[in-house]
Amino acid sequence: MHEMGIVLHLAKTLDETAEQERLTRIGKVVLQVGEVSGIMTDLFTDAWEYFKGRHPVLKDSELVLETIPAVTWCDACKREYPTVQYGKECPYCHSGETWLLRGNECIIKEIEAE
Amino acid sequence: MKLITVNASVTASNDRDAEALRQRLRAQGKLLVNVMSSAGSGKTTLLSSIIRDLPDVKIGVMEADIASSVDAERIEALGARAIQVHTSGMCHMDAGMTAAAFDAMQAHDADLYFLENVGNLICPAEYDTGAGLNLMILSVPEGDDKPLKYPLMFQKSDVLAITKTDALPYFTFDLETCIERVKKLNPAIDVYPVSAKTGEGMAALEKRLLNALDQWKNNR
Repeated sequence: MHEMGIVLHLAKTLDETAEQERLTRIGKVVLQVGEVSGIMTDLFTDAWEYFKGRHPVLKDSELVLETIPAVTWCDACKREYPTVQYGKECPYCHSGETWLLRGNECIIKEIEAE
Repeated sequence: MKLITVNASVTASNDRDAEALRQRLRAQGKLLVNVMSSAGSGKTTLLSSIIRDLPDVKIGVMEADIASSVDAERIEALGARAIQVHTSGMCHMDAGMTAAAFDAMQAHDADLYFLENVGNLICPAEYDTGAGLNLMILSVPEGDDKPLKYPLMFQKSDVLAITKTDALPYFTFDLETCIERVKKLNPAIDVYPVSAKTGEGMAALEKRLLNALDQWKNNR
Protein backbone atom coordinates (compact mmCIF):
# COMPACT_ATOMS: atom_id res chain seq x y z
CA MET A 1 0.00 0.00 0.00
CA HIS A 2 2.83 2.33 0.90
CA GLU A 3 4.64 1.72 -2.40
CA MET A 4 1.41 2.26 -4.34
CA GLY A 5 1.07 5.75 -2.86
CA ILE A 6 4.64 6.68 -3.74
CA VAL A 7 4.25 5.43 -7.32
CA LEU A 8 1.05 7.49 -7.68
CA HIS A 9 2.99 10.62 -6.67
CA LEU A 10 5.92 9.68 -8.89
CA ALA A 11 3.62 9.33 -11.91
CA LYS A 12 1.94 12.65 -11.12
CA THR A 13 5.27 14.48 -10.73
CA LEU A 14 6.48 12.97 -14.05
CA ASP A 15 3.26 14.00 -15.81
CA GLU A 16 3.86 17.56 -14.60
CA THR A 17 7.50 17.47 -15.74
CA ALA A 18 6.41 16.22 -19.16
CA GLU A 19 3.93 19.06 -19.48
CA GLN A 20 6.48 21.70 -18.45
CA GLU A 21 9.20 20.38 -20.74
CA ARG A 22 6.74 19.55 -23.56
CA LEU A 23 7.68 15.89 -23.62
CA THR A 24 5.59 13.25 -25.35
CA ARG A 25 7.43 10.13 -24.24
CA ILE A 26 9.59 9.30 -21.24
CA GLY A 27 11.84 6.31 -22.02
CA LYS A 28 13.73 5.94 -18.78
CA VAL A 29 13.32 7.14 -15.20
CA VAL A 30 16.26 6.98 -12.78
CA LEU A 31 15.14 7.01 -9.18
CA GLN A 32 17.43 7.27 -6.14
CA VAL A 33 16.04 5.36 -3.20
CA GLY A 34 17.50 5.67 0.30
CA GLU A 35 18.51 2.48 2.07
CA VAL A 36 16.22 3.26 5.02
CA SER A 37 13.40 4.96 3.09
CA GLY A 38 11.15 2.01 3.84
CA ILE A 39 10.55 1.31 0.16
CA MET A 40 10.45 -2.35 -0.86
CA THR A 41 11.89 -2.32 -4.38
CA ASP A 42 9.99 -5.46 -5.56
CA LEU A 43 6.63 -4.03 -4.54
CA PHE A 44 7.61 -0.66 -5.93
CA THR A 45 8.48 -2.10 -9.35
CA ASP A 46 5.20 -4.07 -9.42
CA ALA A 47 3.20 -0.93 -8.62
CA TRP A 48 5.15 0.99 -11.28
CA GLU A 49 4.39 -1.64 -13.95
CA TYR A 50 0.71 -1.36 -13.08
CA PHE A 51 0.46 2.43 -13.02
CA LYS A 52 2.65 3.35 -15.97
CA GLY A 53 0.05 1.83 -18.34
CA ARG A 54 -2.40 4.47 -17.15
CA HIS A 55 -0.16 7.38 -18.09
CA PRO A 56 0.34 7.79 -21.87
CA VAL A 57 3.71 9.55 -21.42
CA LEU A 58 5.04 6.69 -19.29
CA LYS A 59 3.68 3.61 -20.99
CA ASP A 60 7.05 2.46 -22.42
CA SER A 61 9.25 3.76 -19.60
CA GLU A 62 11.91 1.72 -17.93
CA LEU A 63 12.42 2.29 -14.20
CA VAL A 64 16.00 2.24 -12.88
CA LEU A 65 16.47 2.22 -9.11
CA GLU A 66 19.73 3.37 -7.52
CA THR A 67 20.35 2.89 -3.81
CA ILE A 68 21.61 5.70 -1.58
CA PRO A 69 23.48 4.15 1.38
CA ALA A 70 22.20 5.33 4.76
CA VAL A 71 24.72 7.31 6.81
CA THR A 72 24.29 8.56 10.38
CA TRP A 73 26.14 11.48 12.00
CA CYS A 74 27.23 11.29 15.62
CA ASP A 75 26.92 14.68 17.30
CA ALA A 76 29.02 13.57 20.29
CA CYS A 77 32.20 12.42 18.51
CA LYS A 78 31.54 14.18 15.17
CA ARG A 79 31.92 11.09 13.03
CA GLU A 80 29.83 9.33 10.40
CA TYR A 81 28.90 5.64 10.38
CA PRO A 82 26.73 3.26 8.30
CA THR A 83 23.17 3.34 9.67
CA VAL A 84 21.99 -0.12 8.67
CA GLN A 85 24.89 -1.84 10.42
CA TYR A 86 24.85 0.12 13.69
CA GLY A 87 21.45 1.79 14.02
CA LYS A 88 20.85 4.69 16.40
CA GLU A 89 23.87 4.14 18.69
CA CYS A 90 27.28 5.39 17.55
CA PRO A 91 29.72 2.44 17.17
CA TYR A 92 32.70 4.66 18.17
CA CYS A 93 31.54 6.43 21.33
CA HIS A 94 28.16 4.69 22.00
CA SER A 95 26.34 8.02 22.14
CA GLY A 96 22.67 8.17 21.17
CA GLU A 97 23.00 11.80 20.01
CA THR A 98 22.94 10.74 16.38
CA TRP A 99 21.11 11.97 13.28
CA LEU A 100 20.42 10.40 9.92
CA LEU A 101 22.41 12.32 7.29
CA ARG A 102 21.10 10.53 4.22
CA GLY A 103 19.31 7.34 3.26
CA ASN A 104 15.67 8.38 3.70
CA GLU A 105 15.15 9.94 0.29
CA CYS A 106 13.24 9.03 -2.82
CA ILE A 107 14.48 11.33 -5.57
CA ILE A 108 13.85 11.45 -9.31
CA LYS A 109 17.44 11.90 -10.48
CA GLU A 110 17.00 12.08 -14.23
CA ILE A 111 14.80 11.01 -17.10
CA GLU A 112 15.40 10.17 -20.74
CA ALA A 113 12.66 11.65 -22.84
CA GLU A 114 11.61 13.17 -26.14
CA MET B 1 15.94 10.96 -26.58
CA LYS B 2 17.49 13.60 -24.39
CA LEU B 3 18.64 13.29 -20.81
CA ILE B 4 16.91 15.65 -18.40
CA THR B 5 18.22 16.15 -14.87
CA VAL B 6 15.20 16.38 -12.56
CA ASN B 7 16.64 16.06 -9.05
CA ALA B 8 13.25 16.42 -7.37
CA SER B 9 11.65 14.44 -4.61
CA VAL B 10 9.03 11.97 -5.77
CA THR B 11 6.55 13.86 -3.63
CA ALA B 12 7.41 17.26 -5.18
CA SER B 13 3.95 17.53 -6.77
CA ASN B 14 2.37 16.80 -3.39
CA ASP B 15 4.51 19.46 -1.69
CA ARG B 16 3.29 22.04 -4.20
CA ASP B 17 -0.36 21.01 -3.71
CA ALA B 18 0.14 21.20 0.07
CA GLU B 19 1.61 24.70 -0.05
CA ALA B 20 -1.25 25.88 -2.28
CA LEU B 21 -3.86 24.54 0.15
CA ARG B 22 -2.04 26.05 3.15
CA GLN B 23 -2.01 29.49 1.52
CA ARG B 24 -5.70 29.21 0.66
CA LEU B 25 -6.54 28.27 4.27
CA ARG B 26 -4.38 31.09 5.60
CA ALA B 27 -6.16 33.65 3.40
CA GLN B 28 -9.50 32.39 4.74
CA GLY B 29 -8.28 32.34 8.36
CA LYS B 30 -9.20 28.68 8.74
CA LEU B 31 -6.77 26.48 10.66
CA LEU B 32 -6.45 22.87 9.55
CA VAL B 33 -4.98 20.48 12.11
CA ASN B 34 -3.65 17.18 10.75
CA VAL B 35 -4.19 14.55 13.45
CA MET B 36 -1.90 11.55 13.11
CA SER B 37 -1.52 8.43 15.25
CA SER B 38 -1.72 4.67 15.13
CA ALA B 39 -5.08 2.91 14.96
CA GLY B 40 -6.89 2.82 18.29
CA SER B 41 -4.96 5.64 19.99
CA GLY B 42 -8.18 7.51 20.75
CA LYS B 43 -8.22 10.15 17.99
CA THR B 44 -12.00 10.29 17.72
CA THR B 45 -12.45 10.20 21.50
CA LEU B 46 -9.98 13.07 21.95
CA LEU B 47 -11.67 15.13 19.21
CA SER B 48 -15.07 14.43 20.79
CA SER B 49 -13.80 15.86 24.10
CA ILE B 50 -12.35 18.94 22.37
CA ILE B 51 -15.67 19.56 20.57
CA ARG B 52 -17.58 19.24 23.85
CA ASP B 53 -15.14 21.52 25.73
CA LEU B 54 -15.10 24.27 23.08
CA PRO B 55 -18.76 24.97 22.25
CA ASP B 56 -17.94 28.52 21.08
CA VAL B 57 -15.51 27.40 18.39
CA LYS B 58 -16.92 26.32 15.04
CA ILE B 59 -15.24 22.98 14.40
CA GLY B 60 -15.25 20.79 11.31
CA VAL B 61 -13.89 17.24 11.22
CA MET B 62 -12.73 15.20 8.24
CA GLU B 63 -12.48 11.53 9.10
CA ALA B 64 -10.14 9.61 6.82
CA ASP B 65 -10.34 5.84 6.85
CA ILE B 66 -9.84 3.01 4.43
CA ALA B 67 -13.47 1.98 4.98
CA SER B 68 -16.65 2.60 7.10
CA SER B 69 -18.16 5.80 8.45
CA VAL B 70 -18.39 5.01 12.16
CA ASP B 71 -16.04 7.87 13.16
CA ALA B 72 -17.95 10.58 11.27
CA GLU B 73 -21.20 9.36 12.80
CA ARG B 74 -19.71 9.65 16.31
CA ILE B 75 -18.59 13.23 15.65
CA GLU B 76 -21.90 14.27 14.07
CA ALA B 77 -23.75 12.94 17.10
CA LEU B 78 -22.04 15.75 19.06
CA GLY B 79 -23.44 18.38 16.74
CA ALA B 80 -20.15 19.17 14.98
CA ARG B 81 -19.78 19.19 11.24
CA ALA B 82 -18.18 16.01 9.97
CA ILE B 83 -17.52 14.24 6.72
CA GLN B 84 -16.09 10.81 6.08
CA VAL B 85 -13.27 10.44 3.58
CA HIS B 86 -12.49 7.04 2.11
CA THR B 87 -8.92 6.65 0.92
CA SER B 88 -9.71 3.60 -1.27
CA GLY B 89 -6.99 1.49 0.26
CA MET B 90 -4.36 4.22 0.55
CA CYS B 91 -2.49 4.29 3.85
CA HIS B 92 -2.36 8.08 4.17
CA MET B 93 -3.99 11.34 3.11
CA ASP B 94 -2.07 13.49 0.61
CA ALA B 95 -2.58 17.18 -0.15
CA GLY B 96 -4.82 16.59 -3.18
CA MET B 97 -7.16 14.34 -1.21
CA THR B 98 -7.17 16.81 1.70
CA ALA B 99 -8.04 19.72 -0.61
CA ALA B 100 -10.91 17.69 -2.09
CA ALA B 101 -12.17 16.83 1.41
CA PHE B 102 -11.89 20.47 2.48
CA ASP B 103 -13.87 21.57 -0.60
CA ALA B 104 -16.56 19.04 0.27
CA MET B 105 -16.74 20.64 3.75
CA GLN B 106 -17.04 24.20 2.48
CA ALA B 107 -20.81 24.07 2.80
CA HIS B 108 -20.16 24.01 6.56
CA ASP B 109 -18.50 27.18 7.71
CA ALA B 110 -16.02 26.46 10.50
CA ASP B 111 -12.84 28.07 11.87
CA LEU B 112 -10.99 25.06 13.18
CA TYR B 113 -10.78 21.95 11.03
CA PHE B 114 -9.39 18.60 12.08
CA LEU B 115 -8.23 16.05 9.56
CA GLU B 116 -8.24 12.66 11.22
CA ASN B 117 -5.58 10.96 9.11
CA VAL B 118 -5.46 7.20 8.53
CA GLY B 119 -4.38 5.34 11.69
CA ASN B 120 -0.75 4.62 10.87
CA LEU B 121 2.53 5.95 12.31
CA ILE B 122 4.55 5.64 9.11
CA CYS B 123 3.09 6.88 5.81
CA PRO B 124 1.08 9.94 6.98
CA ALA B 125 4.35 11.47 8.26
CA GLU B 126 5.78 11.42 4.74
CA TYR B 127 3.01 13.42 3.06
CA ASP B 128 2.42 17.11 3.70
CA THR B 129 -1.37 17.52 3.77
CA GLY B 130 -1.33 21.31 3.67
CA ALA B 131 -2.31 21.57 7.33
CA GLY B 132 -1.20 24.51 9.48
CA LEU B 133 -0.53 22.33 12.51
CA ASN B 134 0.47 18.68 12.86
CA LEU B 135 -0.93 17.05 15.98
CA MET B 136 0.29 13.59 16.89
CA ILE B 137 -1.39 11.31 19.38
CA LEU B 138 0.44 8.58 21.27
CA SER B 139 -1.63 6.57 23.73
CA VAL B 140 -0.20 5.05 26.91
CA PRO B 141 -1.00 1.40 25.96
CA GLU B 142 1.14 1.74 22.81
CA GLY B 143 4.31 2.06 24.92
CA ASP B 144 6.99 4.67 25.57
CA ASP B 145 9.31 3.13 22.95
CA LYS B 146 7.36 4.47 19.97
CA PRO B 147 9.64 7.53 19.47
CA LEU B 148 12.52 5.07 18.94
CA LYS B 149 10.57 3.04 16.39
CA TYR B 150 8.80 5.75 14.39
CA PRO B 151 11.08 8.82 14.64
CA LEU B 152 9.82 10.62 11.51
CA MET B 153 6.27 11.00 12.86
CA PHE B 154 7.59 12.69 16.02
CA GLN B 155 9.91 14.92 13.98
CA LYS B 156 7.09 16.13 11.70
CA SER B 157 4.65 16.97 14.50
CA ASP B 158 4.24 20.37 16.19
CA VAL B 159 2.19 19.06 19.11
CA LEU B 160 2.11 15.64 20.78
CA ALA B 161 -0.82 14.58 22.95
CA ILE B 162 -0.02 11.56 25.11
CA THR B 163 -3.51 10.14 25.64
CA LYS B 164 -5.13 7.66 28.03
CA THR B 165 -2.98 8.84 30.96
CA ASP B 166 -5.71 7.47 33.26
CA ALA B 167 -4.33 4.03 32.26
CA LEU B 168 -0.76 4.85 33.41
CA PRO B 169 -1.03 2.76 36.65
CA TYR B 170 -1.72 -0.37 34.58
CA PHE B 171 1.08 -0.09 32.02
CA THR B 172 4.87 0.09 32.21
CA PHE B 173 4.87 3.44 30.43
CA ASP B 174 7.48 5.90 31.74
CA LEU B 175 6.11 9.35 30.94
CA GLU B 176 9.37 11.15 31.71
CA THR B 177 11.49 8.81 29.57
CA CYS B 178 9.00 9.04 26.74
CA ILE B 179 9.01 12.86 26.71
CA GLU B 180 12.82 12.83 26.88
CA ARG B 181 12.97 10.56 23.80
CA VAL B 182 10.49 12.75 21.93
CA LYS B 183 12.35 15.98 22.74
CA LYS B 184 15.60 14.43 21.56
CA LEU B 185 14.01 13.84 18.14
CA ASN B 186 12.23 17.18 18.02
CA PRO B 187 13.24 19.84 20.58
CA ALA B 188 10.50 22.23 19.34
CA ILE B 189 7.55 19.88 19.91
CA ASP B 190 4.98 20.71 22.65
CA VAL B 191 3.94 17.66 24.66
CA TYR B 192 0.62 17.39 26.54
CA PRO B 193 -0.21 14.33 28.64
CA VAL B 194 -4.02 14.08 28.68
CA SER B 195 -6.93 11.85 29.56
CA ALA B 196 -10.09 12.47 27.56
CA LYS B 197 -11.85 10.17 30.00
CA THR B 198 -11.11 12.11 33.22
CA GLY B 199 -10.47 15.46 31.52
CA GLU B 200 -7.00 15.75 33.08
CA GLY B 201 -4.64 17.91 31.01
CA MET B 202 -7.26 18.69 28.38
CA ALA B 203 -7.46 22.42 29.18
CA ALA B 204 -3.75 22.95 28.43
CA LEU B 205 -3.98 21.13 25.09
CA GLU B 206 -7.10 23.07 24.12
CA LYS B 207 -5.41 26.34 25.03
CA ARG B 208 -2.52 25.43 22.74
CA LEU B 209 -4.96 24.76 19.88
CA LEU B 210 -6.84 28.03 20.46
CA ASN B 211 -3.55 29.96 20.52
CA ALA B 212 -2.58 28.35 17.23
CA LEU B 213 -5.95 29.37 15.75
CA ASP B 214 -5.52 32.98 16.97
CA GLN B 215 -2.01 33.15 15.56
CA TRP B 216 -3.15 31.69 12.25
CA LYS B 217 -5.92 34.29 11.95
CA ASN B 218 -3.66 37.17 12.93
CA ASN B 219 -1.06 36.24 10.33
CA ARG B 220 -3.59 36.28 7.52
